[in-house]
Formats: sequence, structure tokens, C-alpha cells
Amino acid sequence: SRSRSMFGQSVLGLLGAGDLDEDSWEEIEDTLLMADLGATTASEIIERLRTEVAARGVRTPDQARALLREVLMDALATTQSRSVQALPHGDPADGGKPAVVLVVGVNGTGKTTTTGKLARVLVADGRSVLLGAADTFRAAAVEQLGTWGERVGAEVIRGEEGADPASVAFESVQRGADSGVDAVLVDTAGRLHTKTGLMDELGKVKRVVDKRAQVDEVLLVLDATTGQNGLAQARVFADVVDVTGIVLTKLDGTAKGGIVFQVQRELGVPVKLVGLGEGADDLAPFEPEAFVDALLG
Amino acid sequence: MFDTLSDRLTSVLKNLRGKGRLSEADIDATAREIRIALLEADVALPVVRGFISGVKERAKGTEVSQALNPAQQVIKIVNEELIGILGGEKRDLALAKKPPTVIMLAGLQGSGKTTLAGKLAKWLAGQGHTPMLVACDLQRPNAVTQLQVVGERAGSPVFAPEPGNGVGDPVDVARRGVAEAERAQHDIVIVDTAGRLGVDEEMMQQASDIRDAVNPHEILFVVDAMIGQDAVSTAEAFRDGVGFNGVVLTKLDGDARGGAALSVRQVTGEPIMFASNGEKIEDFDVFHPDRMASRILGMGDMLTLIEQA
Ligand SMILES: Nc1nc2c(ncn2[C@@H]2O[C@H](COP(=O)(O)OP(=O)(O)OP(=O)(O)O)[C@@H](O)[C@H]2O)c(=O)[nH]1
Ligand SMILES: Nc1nc2c(ncn2[C@@H]2O[C@H](COP(=O)(O)OP(=O)(O)OP(=O)(O)O)[C@@H](O)[C@H]2O)c(=O)[nH]1
Ligand SMILES: [Mg+2]
Ligand SMILES: [Mg+2]
Repeated sequence: SRSRSMFGQSVLGLLGAGDLDEDSWEEIEDTLLMADLGATTASEIIERLRTEVAARGVRTPDQARALLREVLMDALATTQSRSVQALPHGDPADGGKPAVVLVVGVNGTGKTTTTGKLARVLVADGRSVLLGAADTFRAAAVEQLGTWGERVGAEVIRGEEGADPASVAFESVQRGADSGVDAVLVDTAGRLHTKTGLMDELGKVKRVVDKRAQVDEVLLVLDATTGQNGLAQARVFADVVDVTGIVLTKLDGTAKGGIVFQVQRELGVPVKLVGLGEGADDLAPFEPEAFVDALLG
Repeated sequence: MFDTLSDRLTSVLKNLRGKGRLSEADIDATAREIRIALLEADVALPVVRGFISGVKERAKGTEVSQALNPAQQVIKIVNEELIGILGGEKRDLALAKKPPTVIMLAGLQGSGKTTLAGKLAKWLAGQGHTPMLVACDLQRPNAVTQLQVVGERAGSPVFAPEPGNGVGDPVDVARRGVAEAERAQHDIVIVDTAGRLGVDEEMMQQASDIRDAVNPHEILFVVDAMIGQDAVSTAEAFRDGVGFNGVVLTKLDGDARGGAALSVRQVTGEPIMFASNGEKIEDFDVFHPDRMASRILGMGDMLTLIEQA
């Protein structure tokens, strides 16, 4: 899916042909719309591109392709670091504190899987990791994280089904600090941003953890297949728990994940990781270039 | 910025009197607004195009009525067209003449299949059926455990001979599940399968192998109402890879407009049968095309207004 499609080639062929007719512009807009950038963002990108094409006298398809890429890359640019803050504060064996990461998002986006994969990355780097199973709601969610713990070699703190997620989260950071692990990753239950009761509960999880430790990252997991609703999700989660990074999952499918243009710009929160499969090693840093290339087909 | 299609159309058509027909220019301006509204509702672009040309066609011939303002009138047309597509050829679950009826669930990862399995079981049991669930997701960590919990909540037995987490053959489990249902006289079998991507050929082959092993009467494509433009390629991939004859829309309890409903219906022609609207086992309903239409347009009240006019 990373190769150039016929569609993408024809767009850029036309772009390179010199004077562009409306059909060609429409084709470019289509590419952006089909990637879930949304109507407003797509037309903003087109406007930018029109200006640039005129200003720079684009001649060859290669120049044109480069220009469109440039405009898209620019729209994704951020001054913030894209690296995940998951390293301990000082040496935990010597009074230092573990890094604390909270994983949040709507139902079924890939939170538990991402938590497992992130643990894998850290463990592979020689770090010790503790997982907190603060999804005490969904059927077998605790067992699912438990399996990930076994798979990657991380201890899992479990609450009873129906237990207060905030207390499980608290216990996890407490235990992590006591046993001197490098990082504590807390998985939370999926919840729709429209459910105020559940969002309040999430806010409480964060506040309770805040009391015991510094939360280094709050990762919002967005599913790449999500359309325009992704922005609404991000707004509310950012409001309730101060999201510090986006994880864009399921990019191994045909979805392009273009909603992150709006999310990044409006919230100023960078995309940090991408999910590329269901396996333990299918997690990668977000690379704008690769992302934009895949988007252009 | 206008929030609803109604606001947008009102502003575009504000100079129109309640007489005569919409001009070519009015219709074009209207079409632009409808296009944006549908795109914002995540209706897939190719579907938007086809839909709009249909609406334009109708709008051309229509007299601007006295009772409705022109904006209302266009919305009425859009709404009727939407309901026409979403609701065309409604049907109930196809029950087998000779039980058990086999219902297979398929869809992308995390779309809500396992949860739906429980909801369907509970709903069917409430109608006097004796459903049994079959755990054929042997892939995702603890999918089997999840189905067992869900089955318990639904009060339906779960056939789960393999532990999953990579162990066991889903095709074999499906086959044995149906045999077990025959033996224990369950009149409905609900087969939960692993989530899979349209582009994953191996997993898609597995789905079609499960299908061939149990010849389901119903294959339901389970799709998340929050899905965006990918709805079309995914629906096509499942149609071509495993085939389905019904659609279930999930997570409708959120605020996604759910344009995918229109996309999937239009592209595959298969009916949307059920709506899943919450995490609890009773959060389930048959699909209501009229509600979905006003949801996509984002204007329930507007439509009530029109009905009353
Ligand atoms: N193809 C693909 N599948 C993924 C990816 N990440 C997660 N999944 C799958 O998506 C499904 C849901 O993943 P989970 O990790 O359970 O999602 P969750 O957000 O924890 O779900 P809830 O806790 O129920 O809200 C599972 O089948 C995962 O295997 C990814 O990057 N690519
Ligand atoms: N809010 C809401 N959540 C839902 C709905 N249906 C399912 N979910 C949630 O979505 C998440 C994924 O649901 P599952 O039933 O595990 O989805 P699945 O398709 O079986 O996932 P995989 O087996 O991993 O492919 C869970 O957190 C469910 O509780 C719904 O209608 N509304
Ligand atoms: Mg989870
Ligand atoms: Mg499942």
C-alpha cells in the first residue's frame, strides 16, 4: 500500500503539465478528501498549493510532487518533540522515579495493544516495565493486558472486574515506584468522548495518579480509519486529561489517517507513534515523510 | 461558520421567493453545500458525487412550495433520498428452514463484533430462540475469554474448544460449533471471528474458509460508525473476500454523523440491519433509516419541523 497508485501518478502527471485545469485540481482535492483530511483542511492545502505553484513556476512532475509533499509536510510540522517520554527520572534503583504513561482513547482503537507494544520496545531496550490494567470494565480487558504482559515480560497490576480504575492506576504507580521499575504504563478502558460520566472517571484516574507521580505522557490512541469524528474525540480527551501525544493505529490497512492534520494543528499535540499491525513489534515512530508519501498513494 | 446543512442552505437560498423553480445557479450553490455537509458526515467521496447528482436532478423539477422555504424544501429532498438509500429493501434475519441458523460476524479490528455477538444472542433469546456462541477468534489476545464473559452476560452458552492466543484452527472450531449446536439443539449459532483488514489476504482467506465450512445464512459486516473515507474500500474488500448479506453499524452512541452507513449501503447494496449503541448488552436496536438520515444531516429537529409544515 506504500507504492504509488495509478491515481497518485495521474495527479502528479497533470500537475507537472504546466497550466492546470480545474479537473486536475479537483483530482488533487479528491486525494486529500479520500485520505480523511476533511473538506476545510483539504481546501486550505489546495490554496497553499495554488499559491506555491504560481509563485515557483512548477515545470516537471517531480517538482510538482515535491511541492505537494512539501505543503503537506509543512501542515504536519510541529515544534514539539515526537519522542515518547518513557524513561525514568534518575536511576530507579537509586531513588529515581519511573516514567508514567497513560493510554487513553475511544473504544477499540488499539489502546491495550499499543500499551503492550510500547512495553515491548522498552523491555527490548533493557528497561523494566510495569503495566497497570485500569480497564476494569470491558469483558476480559484485564486478561488481555495480562497476556501482553506475559508476552513482553512485564508485571501486570490487576484490579477486580468493576474495581475503581483510579485506584488500580494509583496502585500501579505506587507499586512501580516501590519496586523501582523504569516505566509504568497504564491502560485505560475505551470510552466515547461524549459520555461525560466516563470522561469524568478518566479525569479522576489522571488526578489520582498525578498525586503520586509525575505523568510523563498521556497518549491518545486514534484509529486511522476514523473520519472527521477523530477531531471531536481529540478535543474532549485533550480537555479532560491533557493529551501529550497521539498514537495513530491500524495504518497497515488502506486508511490514510488524514484526520491527524486537524488534530495536530488544533491541539498542538504531535503524533508520536504509529501502529502497523497486531504483533508486538508493529509499533513505529511517526515519520511525517513516510506518512505523507503513503497518503499521496 | 454554519453548523447545520439547514443553516448553510438558508444562507445560500436566502434571496429566493416562495415562487417558481430553483434556478441552475441556486441548485449548484445548494449542491456545493450538500457536498460539504456530506463530506463532514464522512460519507465517502464517490458516494457523495452520485448522491448529489440524484438530488440535483430532483431539485430541478421541483416547484418551490409556499409552505416550506427553499432551504427546507431541498433538505426534504435530501432527506428523502437518504432514507430511500438507507432503508431500501429492508429485511429481517433469514432463519434457516432446518435449524440451526448460522450467523457469522466479520469486520475490521475493534469494530465491535464480539460485543455484538452477545447483544444478538440476548436479543434473539428474548424472542424465544436458543442461541449458542462460537469462539473463532483464536488470534487476538483473550478474544475467547472475552466471548465467554459476553456469553455469560447474555445467558447463552459459548462453544470454545480452543484457548486462542494463536492456538487452534478457527475453521475447525466453526465446523465443530455447528455440529455441537445441532447436537444440543440450539436453533441459532453466532460465529465470532477475528478482526481483519481488507488488505490482509491470509486473514481474508481464513474468513472465506470459515464461511465455506459452515455455510452461514447470514454474514453480517460489522462497521464502526466513526469510520471515514475508508468505509468504501473496506466494505468492498469484505464483500469480495468473504461476502456479506447484512450490515451492522456500531458505536452509534457517540456523536459521529455516521456517513459510512450511506457509503456501505450504496456501494454494496446490502441492507443495514442493526444498530449497536453502547457497551452494555442491551444497547442494541434494529436499524432505523429515518433516524440515520437526520443524523447524517445533523438536524433531527429540522426534519420534525418539515414534517409538521
Ligand atoms: N491491523 C492492526 N490492528 C491493530 C492495531 N492496533 C490494534 N489492533 C487490533 O485492534 C483491535 C482492538 O485493539 P485493542 O488494543 O484491544 O483496542 P483497545 O483500544 O484497547 O480496545 P478497548 O479497550 O475495547 O477500547 C485488536 O484486534 C487489535 O489486535 C494496528 O496497528 N493494526
Ligand atoms: N460505546 C460503544 N462501544 C462499543 C459498541 N460496540 C462495541 N463497543 C466497544 O468497542 C470495543 C471493541 O469491541 P469488540 O466487541 O471487542 O470489537 P471486535 O470487533 O470484537 O474487536 P476485535 O475482535 O479485536 O477485532 C470494546 O471496548 C467494546 O466495549 C457500541 O455500540 N458503543
Ligand atoms: Mg483495551
Ligand atoms: Mg472480537
